[in-house]
Amino acid sequence: MILPFDLILVLFVYICAIAAITIKDLLSAVVILGAYSFFMCLLWTQMAAIDVAFTEASVSAGIGTVLMIGAVSKTKRRSND
Amino acid sequence: MFEFIVSYYNYWMYIGLMMIGFYAMMAKRNLVKKIIGMNIFQSAIIFFYISTSVKKGATVPILENAHGHATHGIEHGANAINVMQYANPLPHVLMLTAIVVMVATLGVALAVVILIYRRYGTLEEDEIMKLVRRG
Repeated sequence: MILPFDLILVLFVYICAIAAITIKDLLSAVVILGAYSFFMCLLWTQMAAIDVAFTEASVSAGIGTVLMIGAVSKTKRRSND
Repeated sequence: MFEFIVSYYNYWMYIGLMMIGFYAMMAKRNLVKKIIGMNIFQSAIIFFYISTSVKKGATVPILENAHGHATHGIEHGANAINVMQYANPLPHVLMLTAIVVMVATLGVALAVVILIYRRYGTLEEDEIMKLVRRG
């Protein structure tokens, strides 16, 4: 575990989380949430949890993003907040 | 005090991430935004559990020389497994289950959101509550 690398990754994770909940376009929010999941995955790889990292990359960043894009395409894309 | 804050810095990171998700679940009115907040909240908890398994100078929990002249089970002396060399794999295994449960929760929540949209034609919580009160 390398401390500066850890801090930079956590900074990116925070930026992605805040952007995903403040942006008004729901499709953009979902794609930013996918980027958040991939940064989480990098964070776990450098914390020596590779099994959790590839499960996160395939299940949460892959299937989760696909499910959310499907739900947004079935409903409205604009959000008021 | 300062040393306490620095030495537990993973706790502060996970609490900040958790509060971002909690704010989105409580304050945002759009239902998809609430689900995004729930996702962030759950992965913050997983982040906390994984960070408890980190040791200084440890590598991934895969045994070295496991197929050669290896250490099987508990041995003593020179062949013993050095535990401090590997990260603790128990939180990893628990959190694998939590990730799969997270995606199952996400799928059910999105199905409910699509049904609500078909019934009321909107995703904003205040408009839905207005329609519900009107009957």
